[in-house]
This record gives sequence, C-alpha cells and structure tokens, in this order.
Amino acid sequence: MSLAVTLTHRFADAELDIAFEAGPGITALFGRSGAGKTTVIQTVAGLFQPQTARVAIGGDILLDTAMRTCIPPHKRRFGTVFQDARLFPHLTVAQNLDFGARYAPNGPVVLRDDVIGLLGLSGLLNRAPATLSGGESQRVALGRALLSRPRMLLMDEPLASLDDPRKQEILPYLEGLRDGSLRLPILYVSHAVDEVARLADTLVLLQGGRVAAQGPLFDVMSDPAAVPLLGVREAGAVIEAEVIHHADDGLSTLRLSAGTLELPGVRAALGTRVRLRVLAQDVILSKHRPEGLSSVNVLPVTIDAVHPGDGPGAAIALRAGSDRLLARVTARAVSEMSLIPGTACFAILKATTVAPGSIGR
Amino acid sequence: MVTPDAAAWDALRLSLWVAVWATTLAVPLALWVAWLLARRDFRGKALLNAAVHLPLVLPPVVTGYLLLLTFSPAAPLGRALEATIGLTLAFRWTGAVLAAIVMGFPLMVRAIRMAIEAVDPRIEDAAATLGAPRYAVFSRVTLPLILPGILAGSVMGFAKAMGEFGATITFVANIPGQTQTLPLAIWTALQIPGGEGQAAFMAGLSCLVALGAVLLSEWLARRVAARIAGA
Repeated sequence: MSLAVTLTHRFADAELDIAFEAGPGITALFGRSGAGKTTVIQTVAGLFQPQTARVAIGGDILLDTAMRTCIPPHKRRFGTVFQDARLFPHLTVAQNLDFGARYAPNGPVVLRDDVIGLLGLSGLLNRAPATLSGGESQRVALGRALLSRPRMLLMDEPLASLDDPRKQEILPYLEGLRDGSLRLPILYVSHAVDEVARLADTLVLLQGGRVAAQGPLFDVMSDPAAVPLLGVREAGAVIEAEVIHHADDGLSTLRLSAGTLELPGVRAALGTRVRLRVLAQDVILSKHRPEGLSSVNVLPVTIDAVHPGDGPGAAIALRAGSDRLLARVTARAVSEMSLIPGTACFAILKATTVAPGSIGR
Repeated sequence: MVTPDAAAWDALRLSLWVAVWATTLAVPLALWVAWLLARRDFRGKALLNAAVHLPLVLPPVVTGYLLLLTFSPAAPLGRALEATIGLTLAFRWTGAVLAAIVMGFPLMVRAIRMAIEAVDPRIEDAAATLGAPRYAVFSRVTLPLILPGILAGSVMGFAKAMGEFGATITFVANIPGQTQTLPLAIWTALQIPGGEGQAAFMAGLSCLVALGAVLLSEWLARRVAARIAGA
C-alpha cells in the first residue's frame, strides 16, 4: 500500500509544487520551515485543500481536484499526531484513547492493552491532559491515533516541541512502531536531521515548496548533492552495522561490510543491527593507511564522486565495501591530493562522531 | 412588617414560569446562531449579527411594539399561528415568553459565541482525523468545552427574562395572573398609594432569585472547569 501525493498551491508569499510517494515503513518529509511540509500533511489528512491536488492510497482516491473528489477527513483514516498533542482537555487519558477507538472501522482490532503497553501509558490512564508533560502528551496522542486503526500514521513534527530527554523518551516507541508487529506506514514530517536519520526508511527532501530529492534514506543521506539541503553541519551518511562485541572499557565493536568500528555508548544487544550516522564533516581522508593516530576507526574506501560546493568545501561520496559514506573536505585538499573518482584511500572517523542518541534500533 | 398578598406570589410564580420557558427555548437556538456566527462564513452574516443584537440597542418599548405589530391576532403571522397551531401570543403569558426570549437572546448568543471562539479548532480537526463525523465532533468535543459558556449565557438569559419590563408590558400588557410578571407587579404596586411595602417585598424576592441564579451558575461552571482541569 503506497501513498501518492501531488499538489500545487500558491500562497501569498510562497508557491508549492510537490509530488512524492510514500511506501511501507517510515517516509520522512524533511525541510526547513516554510518548505511546505505541514501543508502536505494537512492536505493528506483532509484538513486543507490546495488549488490542485491528488491524494491516493492503494488505489483509493481521497482527493482529486480535477475530478472534484474530496473525501472528508473523518473518512480518510489517517491517524494524525500533531506537534501540539491536541488531546481533548475535558477527557481523561483513558477517554482520549477510547475516542480514537470509538470510530475505528471493523476488522482486526488494535488491542487497547497492547497500545497502552507499547507506549507505557498504564500509569497515566486516569490523568487529565493538562497534568501531563509534553512527552507524555505526545505518547497519548500517538496511542489515540493508533487505536483509531489508521491505514497510515501522519506525524507533523511530533517531537519538535520537546526537549532532548523527552525526545529520547519517545523515539524508541516510534522505532517500535516501525519494526514491531503493527507494520504501520508512517509519513513523518521533521526539520531535525537526527530524527530523520534514526527513523526514516524513505526520505523526501523539500526545499522552497519543491521536492529537491527523494529516495531510500541510505541513498539520499549519502548523496553529495543533498549536503546543501541538509545543511553542511548536519549532512552525513547513515549506515547499518552489527554489534559484535562489548568491551569492558565501554567501547563496543560494530561490523560494517568493509571493517569494524569501535564506538562508545552502544547499548544495543550483541548481534543486533544498529544505525550509525557519520557526519560528513567528521570524516578525514588519507591517501595512506594512517598510523599513530588517537582514532582507531579507519576504513578503506574508494571515492565514488566529488561534488564541489558553493564555498571552499567539497562533498565526496565514498564507498566502503557495500556501505556508502560522505566526507566533506576543502576544495584545496581535493586538488592537492588529486581526489578523483576511483581513488582508493582511507577514511578516519572519530569514535565520538556517533552520539549515543543517534544510535538506533 | 408587611404581609405579602397572594398577588406577589402569583407574580413570582409567573415570572419563574416565563423565565424557565424562555431560557429552555432560547438556548438551543442561541447555540445554533452563536455557532453560525463563530464558525461559519456565509452571505448575510453581518445582517444576522445585527438582527440578533438589535434588541440590545432598541428601546424595549419599541421591541415590544414591533412584536405586537407582528404577532397580534390582527397581523398575518399572529393570525396564522393561531389558526395552525392554536398559539396566541399577544396579551398571554406565551407572549411574555417570546418577549423574554427576544430580549435575552443577544446576551445568550454573545456568551456562547465567545465560548465557541475560545475552542481551538485544531482540537476539532484532531477529532475529525480520528474518524469522528462532524456531528460527533460537535457533541463530544465542542459542546463539552463550551458548557461553561452555555451556562453563563443561560443564567444571563434567565436573569433578563426575570427582569424584562418594557417589551413585555408593551406586547402583552399587565394582566394579573396572566402577564403580570414580577417587575410589572412591582411597578403596579408603586402606582398604588401605600403599595411601597408590597413593592419592597417583591423587590427582595427579585434580588433573591437573581442571587440564587448567579450562585448556581458559578457552582456549575466551577464543576465543569474542575472536570476539564482534571481535579
């Protein structure tokens, strides 16, 4: 089941022309504020009608301005979690959850107890929304949306109003949704690269009301052309690695296709696969195998592409076995080291590049 | 010490009767009009708004006179009501109810409209995305949230109905036991030499009813607010 969206709309100060598809798993819509992300979510949910638009999911047409078709929001079955939780203030947490279930269509039931367990809501059931913290409110909003048995979950910056500890509290639940038995497709709007890197399977980059890039997360994140879209400091490849050893000194060994990395703060169990985010600005290239370095993380790589930036920098796409990395170096280094596609060299990653919060799964 | 005569109690009974009827009938209509004014855009919205508020600014005597012109048995509408459903308004307690509704309506609409405007429409949007049809969004989300406003509007409408004088006496005259509400009875007592004691007694009754209504609505509003705050 895949969601297909096309829309064009002219606001007083902006113009949107967006087309994308969201398949199974988590599709992230990433862009700065004003890029059109929220308009997309509102259009899919049925809360906004652009001048021309078509929204279809698995053959069901929900909105087609050309055919004058518009299914009202309550018949679309898109559970939506907004940035502000929008809980019903006059109902308790339990009643908020039941509101979601009340209008759910018949069919395989999403069990209330399962959702309460998955989201850790059992202690909150009799509380009023006004007494909940931001993170608790978002968990309740998520549970309420799940119990409405949506065919897809829409999330509009669900973590943006939360501080970092609260974000870390919610993220595992979202990962649980992605990997768990529900297998619910999610359209996830965010302007935070770390959330996207941790959660998304597919990434759609929006810029100035247009789709600047879209594709599988690992591809888009390791595409040098995406560096300016993600921001020079935030750009960097996402790779998957298997945890193979936890040492006594706090470092863990992770296996990639082309070697191993030693990283601190990895809490995942042995044998599990985790996502690593390697910021492009934290990768150093060397033409020779470096020795006598304080960093132990060195991978043999081949240069795939060199992408000069607007300024003094250049983004370099690297291949390490079957994994792809991204490095950001100066344009001067590119010419002095004659870094051209096909060149074999070594990538040095600082072990601290992957913050504990950026390790997922 | 004044010994109140039966007329005072009759007037009180009639006033309460008229006020309860007027409030009961006006609340649903006021709720609908307030919702239209708060949440809908349509042609003639400004006109509707003006029409609702007109009794607030017109001299009550003029409102009563207009009601008489419209609903007297001689007028087409008055005749039609009498012929079809047997409802006579002029010079009957039913007319006093109508006068009280018309005069209290702007106060009710105002209170309820403010309550509706205070409800975040995005919460209603959230309810819709959960699959709730529009009527369910209203009855399960909007209505409970505006309940304090409806209570406040009802109390104001009730108080207005208890105190309405000018439109009532113009429309339905001052017939003891039939259309002589408490304010009319007080005014009548004051016209009679030596009626001051009687007037003062009825004025006291008026004050008690008004005070009771305000206290009751405060108590109800606090209970609703406490429920929303989860206390």
